Amino acid sequence: MTRSVIELPVSAADRRIAGLAAVAIGLTLAEAAIPSPVPGVKPGLANIVILLVMLQYGWKTAAWVAALRVLAGSLLLGSFLSPGFWLSAAGALSSLAVLAAGQYLPRRWFGAVSLSVLAAFGHIAGQLVLAWLWLLPTAALLNLLPVFAAAALLFGAINGFIVARLLAADASPKGQSSPCIPL
Amino acid sequence: MTLLRPGDLVVLAAGLLLVSGLAVFSWGGSHGDSAVIRVAGQVVDTPTLARARMISVEGPLGMTQIEIQPGRARIARDPSPRQLCVKRGWLSQAGDAALCLPNQVSLEIRGRSAAYDTLGY
Repeated sequence: MTRSVIELPVSAADRRIAGLAAVAIGLTLAEAAIPSPVPGVKPGLANIVILLVMLQYGWKTAAWVAALRVLAGSLLLGSFLSPGFWLSAAGALSSLAVLAAGQYLPRRWFGAVSLSVLAAFGHIAGQLVLAWLWLLPTAALLNLLPVFAAAALLFGAINGFIVARLLAADASPKGQSSPCIPL
Repeated sequence: MTLLRPGDLVVLAAGLLLVSGLAVFSWGGSHGDSAVIRVAGQVVDTPTLARARMISVEGPLGMTQIEIQPGRARIARDPSPRQLCVKRGWLSQAGDAALCLPNQVSLEIRGRSAAYDTLGY
């Protein structure tokens, strides 16, 4: 009798992605506790992690972290496969698409703030398109468009500043560059 | 390494422009200058919103009263059971409409530039 053992080799990259995703999930959970006047308007703190990950480990790792964040975050919040989950997934997907293009912007001119703002607009655009097509095909959503866009601009800028600060604080001591999320 | 690079300012400015553009697009609808009152789909009156007046029209259930004030109009009274068109309140933007379906009366605001080509109810 032979015993078959399925081995799933775990690489260092896998561990890193899992750890980074855990940080993003933690921020997602913390953020769910913050009340919001308009449903859908959130600071998007997990996007700080996503952007940091992209700038330090590349887009692919960031995409993994974002996908795990959406999936595990929804499982923990109990919203898996609910409309909120799909909206979150659509937002994450479209902001990743924006970042995929945005990563090729010249770094000399465009810093973390640019990427964060662009990703935030991508996020809200993806969510609104899905909400519009699927949930609320009415003009009421159209009236809230400026509110969502303003929130994306504000929180995108703030998150971008935070990312830029973290990167700067990380790069300054002795010019040595180590990941700001110690994983 | 600076926190804010030149391109960031451009992106922020573009974002601000987008937000204000959306605000104008969504909220700055043109004010109406006349109203269209329909009974059973037929236009019965197109009063101007320039001066105040009361208009009464007869529907299948009874009388619907429409109140016009400078720049705005509303359904003041209606025999509909749920009073939805009365609760719609004052209408002032071009394209706004209040529908009293049980009494087959509708009030729609028209502007110089209509927000929609046509509305199907």
